[in-house]
Amino acid sequence: MSEEASVSRRRFLAVATSVTGAVGLAMTAAPFIASFRPSARAQALGAPVEVDISKLETGSMVRVQWRGQPVWILKRSKEMLELLGNHGDKLRDPDSMESIQPAYAANATRSIRPEILVVIGTCTHLGCAPIEKLQPADAELGADWPGGFFCPCHGSKFDLAGRVYAGVPAPTNLVVPPYRFVGDTMIIVGEDTGASA
Amino acid sequence: MSAAGTKAAGGSQGGRFARFIDWVDERFPLTAMMKEHVTEYYAAKSFNAWYVFGVLALLVLILQVVTGIYLTMSYKPSAEDAFASVEYIMRDVDWGWLIRYMHSTGASAFFIVVYLHMFRALMYGSYKSPRELLWVIGMLIYVALMAQAFTGYLLPWGQMSYWGAQVIVSLFGAVPVIGDAIVEWIRGDYFISDITLNRFFALHVIAVPLALMILAVVHILALHTTGSLNPDGIEIKKTKGPDGIPLDGVAFHPFHTAKDLVAIIIFAIAFCAVVFFAPEMGGYFLEHANFEPANMLKTPPHIAPVWYFTPFYAILRAVPSKGWGAFLMAMAIVMLFLLPWLDRCKVKSIRYRGWSYKIALTTFTVSFLALGFLGMQPVTPVFVYAARLFGVLYFAFFLLMPLYTARERTKPVPDRVVYHGHH
Repeated sequence: MSEEASVSRRRFLAVATSVTGAVGLAMTAAPFIASFRPSARAQALGAPVEVDISKLETGSMVRVQWRGQPVWILKRSKEMLELLGNHGDKLRDPDSMESIQPAYAANATRSIRPEILVVIGTCTHLGCAPIEKLQPADAELGADWPGGFFCPCHGSKFDLAGRVYAGVPAPTNLVVPPYRFVGDTMIIVGEDTGASA
Repeated sequence: MSAAGTKAAGGSQGGRFARFIDWVDERFPLTAMMKEHVTEYYAAKSFNAWYVFGVLALLVLILQVVTGIYLTMSYKPSAEDAFASVEYIMRDVDWGWLIRYMHSTGASAFFIVVYLHMFRALMYGSYKSPRELLWVIGMLIYVALMAQAFTGYLLPWGQMSYWGAQVIVSLFGAVPVIGDAIVEWIRGDYFISDITLNRFFALHVIAVPLALMILAVVHILALHTTGSLNPDGIEIKKTKGPDGIPLDGVAFHPFHTAKDLVAIIIFAIAFCAVVFFAPEMGGYFLEHANFEPANMLKTPPHIAPVWYFTPFYAILRAVPSKGWGAFLMAMAIVMLFLLPWLDRCKVKSIRYRGWSYKIALTTFTVSFLALGFLGMQPVTPVFVYAARLFGVLYFAFFLLMPLYTARERTKPVPDRVVYHGHH
């Protein structure tokens, strides 16, 4: 074999070996990267939860845990619902166009039944837990405060439909998780009929 | 046996120890390495106190590794047991309190010496050609250090551990499109859970420390390639004596090591004072909210990261948009990486640089400290506006640098270092 042929043959073999090695390395990396994802057990523990709301009084809320996240279920009064329409100009996304909610909660009250609000109680900014400031005209939040939630971490404000105010760090309204009613008094959080998720 | 023959001429006829060293040298370059990096590594005799922080950083790294190994022996990385196991270390393990306080104080000490080390570089131009790579490697160490501090802070599983991790991990959600998937991938769960704690433990005790130690070695190798700079910003290798040794240089050992030993003693006194008398440092080294176990349904009323992260946290909070806040926070660190290429001035040391850089560096330092203060404060309109002002100044230091350094009115730089001997 001539000298040149041998050199080009060597070069081909070197490139072929390197490429094969690189592909092998990439394929080996895949399971290591994938192993970081939620395990089968974590996925099983993320199953839906049932909540009995028969004892929930008007104007009060109950917290349950779903996938380690606090889910708030608030039973709004008539007055609370009426106030929701008055401050649309102060909200960033009053019609929930850019926010996360199932289609059945993409309405004015952000809920299936107008009085029952179901939202994930973590701030859409960086995941802190906002505190409830349900009564209107709060000392800290001003006389025109219509009632809602205030995040103490970075000052984000939400109304009683979980809609975010403009000019605060949180980008979107509070997330509405998938949920459905079973009868009059039972809610299943984390599961819906599937049609409109 | 010719190698042994030449060694013998070098004076190894003596004792058994010398012959043992010869035996090693034939198998491993021990003497050659000692010479290259210690006894015949020449650094300027004009070093001032700003030149001790590299050695101190190395000392703290060793301290953290040793105390960390001991903590691992009693700590349990599970959501169920973590908080209690830290209390167990504090109360029931012999000297456990000391080892833990050394580790927690060491974390803050690490950032103190690293920030001073970086400030030294900013003053004397240690990041400039030919030390760009040295600076970039140093910045990688800084980023690894932040990862180490962040993963370590989750481990006690207190309220601030939990909610701090929640906030920082959520930052990755700001990445367009795949943000939420990344957040889930980092946590390994739908929330910060036992799974997250367990993997942060793995990262904190092996992955990141390993990277840190490798980077520290690479940093020193790069330093010993270019040589250390000095307060005059002069390359001492340019003026060598007939023996090939820089005229302004003295050997690292015994000269610089003797000086470093003084610094180590002063550092140790201050360090022990904190460990013994103020391990929480008024809530700055160990935050009070962290003495309560993690509760995922209740955010502490006021979340602030530990002091060393607060300048960047202030930038994050100052921006009324999640995406841009996270982006600018990341850019604040990226800017530091670019420093060697943003600075156009040929003169290295602040001693001979023009007024524009002196004003810029002063403004930057004040802004960094102010942002650090603001990052610890609650969110009020006044503080937010202040953070925006200092955030703008922070970025202006970097972004305007090519302009104000291009035609800087510098002073003439001497050929030799300025040094006043003591007699």
